[in-house]
Amino acid sequence: MTDDIKAQYELVIGLEVHAQLLTESKIFASDANHFGSPPNHNISVITLGHPGTLPKLNQKAVDLAIRFGLATNSTISPRTVFDRKNYFYPDLPKGYQISQDKKPICVGGEIWVKLKDGTEKAIPLHHTHLEEDAGKSIHDDQSTDTLLDYNRAGTPLIEIVTDPAMRSAEEAGAYLTEIRKLVRYLDICDGNMEEGSLRCDANISVRKWGDPVLGTKVEIKNMNSVRFLQKAIEFEYDRQVSVLEEGGTLIQETRMFDPETGRTYGMRVKESMNDYRYFPEPDLVPILIDEEKLAAERAKMPALPRQLMQKYEGELGLSHADALLLTESKATVAYFEEAIAQAAPKTVANWLTGPVRTWMNESKKELSAFPVSPGVLAALIRLVDENKVSHSAAAQKLFPALVERPDVAPLALAEELQLIQQGNSDVLQALIDEVLAAWPDKVKEYKKGKKGLIGLFVGEVMKKSKGQADPKVTNQLVARSLDNLS
Amino acid sequence: MQVDKDTLQKIAQLARLEIQPGEEESLKATLSSVLTWMEQLNELDTSGIEPLTHMSVEVNAFRPDVAKQTLTTEQGLLNAPKRDEQFFRVPKVLE
Repeated sequence: MTDDIKAQYELVIGLEVHAQLLTESKIFASDANHFGSPPNHNISVITLGHPGTLPKLNQKAVDLAIRFGLATNSTISPRTVFDRKNYFYPDLPKGYQISQDKKPICVGGEIWVKLKDGTEKAIPLHHTHLEEDAGKSIHDDQSTDTLLDYNRAGTPLIEIVTDPAMRSAEEAGAYLTEIRKLVRYLDICDGNMEEGSLRCDANISVRKWGDPVLGTKVEIKNMNSVRFLQKAIEFEYDRQVSVLEEGGTLIQETRMFDPETGRTYGMRVKESMNDYRYFPEPDLVPILIDEEKLAAERAKMPALPRQLMQKYEGELGLSHADALLLTESKATVAYFEEAIAQAAPKTVANWLTGPVRTWMNESKKELSAFPVSPGVLAALIRLVDENKVSHSAAAQKLFPALVERPDVAPLALAEELQLIQQGNSDVLQALIDEVLAAWPDKVKEYKKGKKGLIGLFVGEVMKKSKGQADPKVTNQLVARSLDNLS
Repeated sequence: MQVDKDTLQKIAQLARLEIQPGEEESLKATLSSVLTWMEQLNELDTSGIEPLTHMSVEVNAFRPDVAKQTLTTEQGLLNAPKRDEQFFRVPKVLE
């Protein structure tokens, strides 16, 4: 298929993102909400759906959903109820999933994404609702049976549903990336897509440009990375346009994405038989959320990435790339904010995006594991600003030494390592005089025009100073001393 | 409302019930009479009335977020018809 033909079709994408909430216990029972326990360790009679048991709603799950709604400028429903979504599948032994249908906790709102060309776009949210996760089925090819682990069953989820508002794989990827960042910021979800804490379904359709009616949509289930999501969208775009161009019709269906082949494939399950027969969950009473509750939740909200980006780029004058790196996680922001209380923001940003990031990459660790505290890093930066230690000595010697011995004050460590710069002092001048006196022939050659020899003199001075002299200052002083020689 | 054969089969499928051919007629008649009786409710004008979702007037019943182990894996598996070590074992659900 040629790009010309594809360009006649508009791609339309809506996403449903499931985020597991960071609670201690499950949404309707007190068993632990914990990934990686032995099979069927975190279970209760409620999770196992024993007859006569009743769900008990976890307050924290509601609070976290409200927090997400506030952060995305959603309307928080003053009255919200749960509904039963009925289906038989052994991953939920009750025979239904407790979810929300008619009265979700958050309605509307938007998430801002920034695209590669610099444009910003608000992706409108349809709603966000609370529900319980299902257990895990393990299908063994050899066996006629399925194994069930209910540790995940009842894990609190928010499902974040957009309008069909995205128009490219790039937008969808940017949106998912932004959601992941936001939920981590808000301490709502750990955003771990590999472990399934954050999962994404995509509704994808195409239509001729200008057609007011949406095309038949296909749902791609459970993609666990931004890259897979984008690949699946690109594949579907091609596939759907091909089917239509060949005169075929698309069927509304659920398809799976195979990361191995990069293709989507249909499942043989008949969709028409799905009928969830939602009805209000009689075992859980309605939730009323008043202004007082909202004010209390608002007070607990941290500054959001978008606000911080504006502050860093605008007020502090950082580059967009630096601001982006710094707002990547809440831990980075906290570290940066603490350090800039004691050192210049631009310099702190350079250190965090330079040596500290290199350390993170090399040690494959998060910033939370970085041993040097923000205050100590700021003290190191001040040593450079005050010209007590050269920048290169600080970055190449003092910094690695601090990582090894983070409890020692940078000044004391610099003294111990003899990194204290001699600057313009007489000591440095004395060293220069010594060097120039030791190399009279070279000085003559220099005077005759062999200016490249300055490197030799500077090198000798640096050697004599045992690396403590600032190369830049030394260079200037050597040049001046040579000029002053008759 | 008259329940036809297709509707009956759909309801049965959703409830995972197997209906024997001999039962169809009587089930259709019984379901139809129940639905017809319920249809009387349609005579009421309910426009502008909020749906009654709960019989109780209670609201905001919450539990603090504290994790507790109330059941061991062994206890949980006591009623399992089949098990495989720590897993519940059920007939295969994926074709």
